[in-house]
Amino acid sequence: MSRMLEAKGLECVRGGRRLFHDLSFSLEEGELLEVGGANGSGKTSLLRIICTLLSPTAGDIFWQNTPIASLRDEYLDNLIYVAHANGVKGELSAAENLRVYSGLAGARRDDAKIYDALQRVGLGGCESAPAKTLSQGQQRRIALSRLLIASKTLWILDEPLAALDDAGVRLVESVLHEHLDGGGMVLMTTHQHLSISARKTTRIQLTTSSEH
Amino acid sequence: MLSILRCVIQRDITLAWRGRAGVLSTLFFFIIVVSLFPLGVGPELDVLRVIAPGVVWVAALLASMLSLDRMFSHDYVDGSLEQLMLTSQPLSIVVLGKIIAHWLVTGAPLVLIAPVLGLQFDLPPKALITLLASLLLGTPALSLIGAIGAALTLGLRGGGVLVSLLVLPLCIPVLIFGAGAVEASINGMNAESHLSLLGAVLVLALSFAPWTTAAALRISVE
Repeated sequence: MSRMLEAKGLECVRGGRRLFHDLSFSLEEGELLEVGGANGSGKTSLLRIICTLLSPTAGDIFWQNTPIASLRDEYLDNLIYVAHANGVKGELSAAENLRVYSGLAGARRDDAKIYDALQRVGLGGCESAPAKTLSQGQQRRIALSRLLIASKTLWILDEPLAALDDAGVRLVESVLHEHLDGGGMVLMTTHQHLSISARKTTRIQLTTSSEH
Repeated sequence: MLSILRCVIQRDITLAWRGRAGVLSTLFFFIIVVSLFPLGVGPELDVLRVIAPGVVWVAALLASMLSLDRMFSHDYVDGSLEQLMLTSQPLSIVVLGKIIAHWLVTGAPLVLIAPVLGLQFDLPPKALITLLASLLLGTPALSLIGAIGAALTLGLRGGGVLVSLLVLPLCIPVLIFGAGAVEASINGMNAESHLSLLGAVLVLALSFAPWTTAAALRISVE
């Protein structure tokens, strides 16, 4: 099996604080990587580094053995990032939000797929209400429904369970399970325990180093 | 690449339409500021004709500054800017789409209303047409140059004032050539040279602003 995603010697310094250093890991098809750690230990920074939104202070990231800097567009084509902020436009309805998203991903307009995805995340019936009239948990579900319409290999999820109820947590579990079963990769941070059976589950624990 | 450009433009125009109040305030600001001058200066037609080009152009410049901080800040706050940055297309295309949408929403209405406002200053028909043409060439350049400032000041407190301080000096050429074109036309001279220079500024802005803005956004989002 080829090494799909690999990080070597990552270091991140933010605001004069060293969040982590010499962090290496790799992720292959069907694998789950959970990033744990206290608040402020650099979990989100790590995810943003892997999404190319933040450049690491040191270290490299490889996608299929090539540094991601040299194949940015191709790499981003395989990646989806659900950040802590939902990226949902309150003025647009759930369906419109997804339509914009799939348009940006370069996909052809496919309303059936969008309505199916919204049905699956439990938003059937609220497709055309402005998203700002929905609750936090429902907006989180809109953000997560992007995963279903995008068909990307590498999912990068920052606290996917934030604001979700019990049914939402089970939904995320089943969606992740399906994705991993189909050979997808998931890299996520969470404070809650999820029962997902992946081919291989790795846990990284980030610790706040007191040294400068 | 074109489909993503269309997608971004459509998205931003829909968003602007749903939040009409913000867009309309820019237009009304322009209308009111321009209309204040005939009231304040008095009904001397000769004086009004002389100050008209400068007044309309300065008002257009200030109105376009008003709407600049809206260009990226909403998307930045709700996290959708990050999503826009993670598309597998060059960021400058996305940025160009946002700039075009911004101009269509804030610049274009201003261009269309300007000749009507020009009537208050007793501008001759030929000068009104020149005013329209100069704004048509100049306001897109203002949106393009402004986008760089908006991207650089993203997420800063008091960004609204800072963006004006950064961008206004860069807009001076647009102001000089734009007002100059209308002035030449009022005095019965040929405005073509001014308009050509204005066009050159627009082409220059179009060729570097999307890339610079994209680079600035990457820095601001980090």
